[in-house]
Amino acid sequence: MMNYAPPGDPAESAAVIAQNLTATRAGRQVLRGMDFTVPTGRITGLLGPSGCGKTTLMRAVVGTQAEVGGTLQVLGRPAGDPALRSRIGYVTQAPSVYDDLTVRQNLDYFAAVLLPGRAHRTDRRTAVDRAVEDVDLADHADVLAGRLSGGQRSRVSLAVALLGTPELLVLDEPTVGLDPVLRRDLWDLFHRIAADRGTTLLVSSHVMDEAERCHRLLLMREGEILAEDTPEALRRRHDTATVEEAFLHLVDAANARADRTTPPAQAAPTPREEPRP
Amino acid sequence: MNASRTLATAARVLRQLRHDPRSIALMLLVPCLMLFLLRYVFDGSPGTFDSIGASLLGIFPLITMFLVTSIATLRERTSGTLERLLAMPLGKTDLIAGYALAFGLVAVLQSVLATGLAVRLLGLDVTGSPWLLLLVALLDALLGTALGLFVSAFAASEFQAVQFMPAVIFPQLLLCGLFTPRDRMAPALETISNVLPMSYAVDGMNEVLRHTDMTTAFVRDALVVAGCAVLVLGLGAATLRRRTA
Repeated sequence: MMNYAPPGDPAESAAVIAQNLTATRAGRQVLRGMDFTVPTGRITGLLGPSGCGKTTLMRAVVGTQAEVGGTLQVLGRPAGDPALRSRIGYVTQAPSVYDDLTVRQNLDYFAAVLLPGRAHRTDRRTAVDRAVEDVDLADHADVLAGRLSGGQRSRVSLAVALLGTPELLVLDEPTVGLDPVLRRDLWDLFHRIAADRGTTLLVSSHVMDEAERCHRLLLMREGEILAEDTPEALRRRHDTATVEEAFLHLVDAANARADRTTPPAQAAPTPREEPRP
Repeated sequence: MNASRTLATAARVLRQLRHDPRSIALMLLVPCLMLFLLRYVFDGSPGTFDSIGASLLGIFPLITMFLVTSIATLRERTSGTLERLLAMPLGKTDLIAGYALAFGLVAVLQSVLATGLAVRLLGLDVTGSPWLLLLVALLDALLGTALGLFVSAFAASEFQAVQFMPAVIFPQLLLCGLFTPRDRMAPALETISNVLPMSYAVDGMNEVLRHTDMTTAFVRDALVVAGCAVLVLGLGAATLRRRTA
């Protein structure tokens, strides 16, 4: 992927730009005015406790979330624009594949949706073969997805997202429930995809040790961005050994501030004085 | 709408079905078994077998396809594959037409078997062309697919989806003229039966049963069933949302 913008300007080289992003689910505000950018060709980790709005944020970026407010630019277009559908790969937390099809049949179908028609026949075959190799499932290509282990099924789901060589890959907790070896292999794959294919990755996790593997981090809590920086800078700024400690530091500070300014539980959101890079 | 994507979807649905031979067997054989039973239940009155048998040839594909489609699309919704597909460059009509095509094909197979058995082996006495019976059966199957697709939007689980069968199908079954001619029902019920699509499916079958050529009543019945199928398919498409809460 080419980007001719000067590297110093984050707005120009950003794959995702959010300004005052809000989202409401069942009358409850899940995202409360978020500002952040996701740089092109890098791995951005989205970290925060369960239920803090990570999935909602990712669905907003992909364009499947209803009731989204504010501005959200994805690959230069408003999120949810039909032209983006073939440029974004999205992997939901629960593997979304057909259990009653084999791995290859699953990939064949989704490839036919992305690259329809006879003219793309060989392209499809190449894409499917590469996706199977990417997630290391060549030995299981002809096994029904429903017969695979949980970790294998989530890799099939990932393989589907890799099919069309998307410019932006949105992965919702892709390593949850995987053993350490597989987790390492997947993170290696993410880095390979970012480096070799120029793909932008937005990866959510609630496991903080994965934060260290990202180029950049968005730390989230209760629908707000707590910090947006590189892991290294976060550790340095809060003088901690790990991102996890830096995160806890930020959460404690935010809680203390909330206690001081808003005695009742549900009060108007207070203006943040978060240090922004 | 993209023909390649529609065909790919239909092929995928059929491929899924192929991994489930028991469902295929049930879909194809149960109607035959029911007709076989019916033939010997009415052993002493072949006239009754003719009219009920012909009606059932129209009703079976509707019920089967309703059940199969409502469960299949519900699975698609709950497994997350629908969300994934709608985040991809797939048109809603591609998806719906793909389903209609795949299950339509199964319905043709089912109807060929059931009609063949009824006419050839069980001596169902049809005045008109068996091809017209087949045509109505196919339209009924499409209507069943459409209703199943629509109803699956209101079911949160497979359990609920199955419960919709009695709710949507049974009233139509009672009022469609299968048990008693529609003009002999209470006037209010006759009026209701006039707006239920299954009534026209059964009327169409009975037209073929009694007349040698294609009557205007037959054409009207076929058009009503087809029109309802298209209408409900459109409603079904409206229940597929790219953005959800």
